[in-house]
Amino acid sequence: MTINEIQDELISDFELFDDWESKYEYIIDLGKQFPPLEEQYKTEDNIIKGCQSRVWLNAFMEGDLLKFEADSDAIIVRGLVSMLVKVLSGHTPREIASADLYFMERIGLHQHLAQTRSNGLASMLKQMKAYGVAFQANSFNTAK
Amino acid sequence: MSNNLDIASIRNDFPILNEIVNGKQLVYFDNAATTQKPRLVLDALSGYYEHYNANIHRGIHHLAEKATSAFELSRRRLQTFLNAPLSEEIIFTYGTTDGINLVASSYGRTFLKAGDEVIISTMEHHSNIVPWQMLCEEKGCILKVIPINDEGELLMDEYEKLLTERTKFVSVVHVSNSLGTINPVKQIIAKAHAVGAKVLLDGAQASSHLHLDVQDLDCDFYSLSLHKIYGPTGMGILYGKKELLDAMPPYRGGGEMIKEVTFEKTTYNELPYKFEAGTPNIADVVAAKYALDYVDTLGKPKIAAHEHKLLEYATEAVKDIHGLRIIGQAKEKVSVLSFVIDGIHHQDMGVLLDQQGIAVRTGHHCTQPLMRRFNITGTTRASFAVYNTIEEIDLLIQGLHKVKRMLG
Repeated sequence: MTINEIQDELISDFELFDDWESKYEYIIDLGKQFPPLEEQYKTEDNIIKGCQSRVWLNAFMEGDLLKFEADSDAIIVRGLVSMLVKVLSGHTPREIASADLYFMERIGLHQHLAQTRSNGLASMLKQMKAYGVAFQANSFNTAK
Repeated sequence: MSNNLDIASIRNDFPILNEIVNGKQLVYFDNAATTQKPRLVLDALSGYYEHYNANIHRGIHHLAEKATSAFELSRRRLQTFLNAPLSEEIIFTYGTTDGINLVASSYGRTFLKAGDEVIISTMEHHSNIVPWQMLCEEKGCILKVIPINDEGELLMDEYEKLLTERTKFVSVVHVSNSLGTINPVKQIIAKAHAVGAKVLLDGAQASSHLHLDVQDLDCDFYSLSLHKIYGPTGMGILYGKKELLDAMPPYRGGGEMIKEVTFEKTTYNELPYKFEAGTPNIADVVAAKYALDYVDTLGKPKIAAHEHKLLEYATEAVKDIHGLRIIGQAKEKVSVLSFVIDGIHHQDMGVLLDQQGIAVRTGHHCTQPLMRRFNITGTTRASFAVYNTIEEIDLLIQGLHKVKRMLG
């Protein structure tokens, strides 16, 4: 599935919920089900510090595809992180770098990506795209 | 005259309390971060811009004179608010942080030298830690920290042990923003003076709750922000004893703070203008007077009594919530209720309360060393002001139960 197909699928998943409680219960569930990042990857290098919660992001290449694993100490952030990983992980660096992420806004969760210091989510998204750019440049260099 | 405030009528003075947040009537419990502003203050702000906006002190036209008078009237109003002996001891700043930086930079760099000691406490806001760390690093001074007990009270005997003839400055918070603890500042000041040290009080949290009298306290400096006293953002004042302010060099250079400028040498203006370089925040300074008038009309003792009632009610009510632990149980407290709940991250708490229209503060409250002292990463903090009600606390309690259910 393309990045946009996954985003559209998430949007239709959330259309089932008509109040904030069921929406957030679903995010909390996503957070609970998301596999925790192995301790060895919870390093200072991989940490994205927000003012309130911590987010860890590990990136690696598998063949031509850039993959992400992540974690957070807050459960709602964990649920949101799992959605970002679901959407972006396993695509080419070029696709990730140029992705237009609209699903958070459409689901009505855009306040979580606001540029406040309160959570590391906006920084995490920026970092995921930066990995896309970096690995794209890398593969370009090695290809030459 | 009744001893009780008419809270319903007070609420009508604050238009923002009618806001609908996430489909619910706003419950605003983030007053320790900033208080909301009464209509009187909003009108003063727009009235200034509509009728007498002008740059102050220099102009000789009608508007400039009117703006200058209003600006200086606010200075005298703050003088009486703090019971400062002289109006030139009131320096307008951008806020509490700015005032602390002014003292650390101007007084600290002039009068402290290598080996001198500065004392702060475990419960300081970062803005009363970092300026002193910067000073100590630059001058080779030593920073000492007063420890606290598990209730969140300063250990005064430990403080006394820290005081020596090397102690040159003590800078402590009057009321803790994270815990609500009211510190025994009069005692702290007297003991510091006994070894010849000067004392600054960070009054950011104290100023809206406690009666302030800098002469009675005998503090050397007092820094506060008006936005925490129902006034505008972006302005505060630093009170300093005249003989100290006179001996201190200017902090910033620019217009207003000079007497005469030549390329060879500049002579400085007198107090308070020496410390007020550049065009100040005139509108907010002018409106600040109205915030203080509002507070004094209601009466600080009555405000404090109402807030205390809310704090007692909330402290009792949260006892029913399993796994909840209050952080900060000092005997002397203002209306701040900080807590953690087992297994619930404070950010999740903040997000889910916000969905219910309840604004609280979550996180480390810019007091990371204090959080480390309690071995936590943050708390949820509900802080109450004069316009809050028992019914709103009931909504918070319901909200907490709902959050527990959802995250359980």
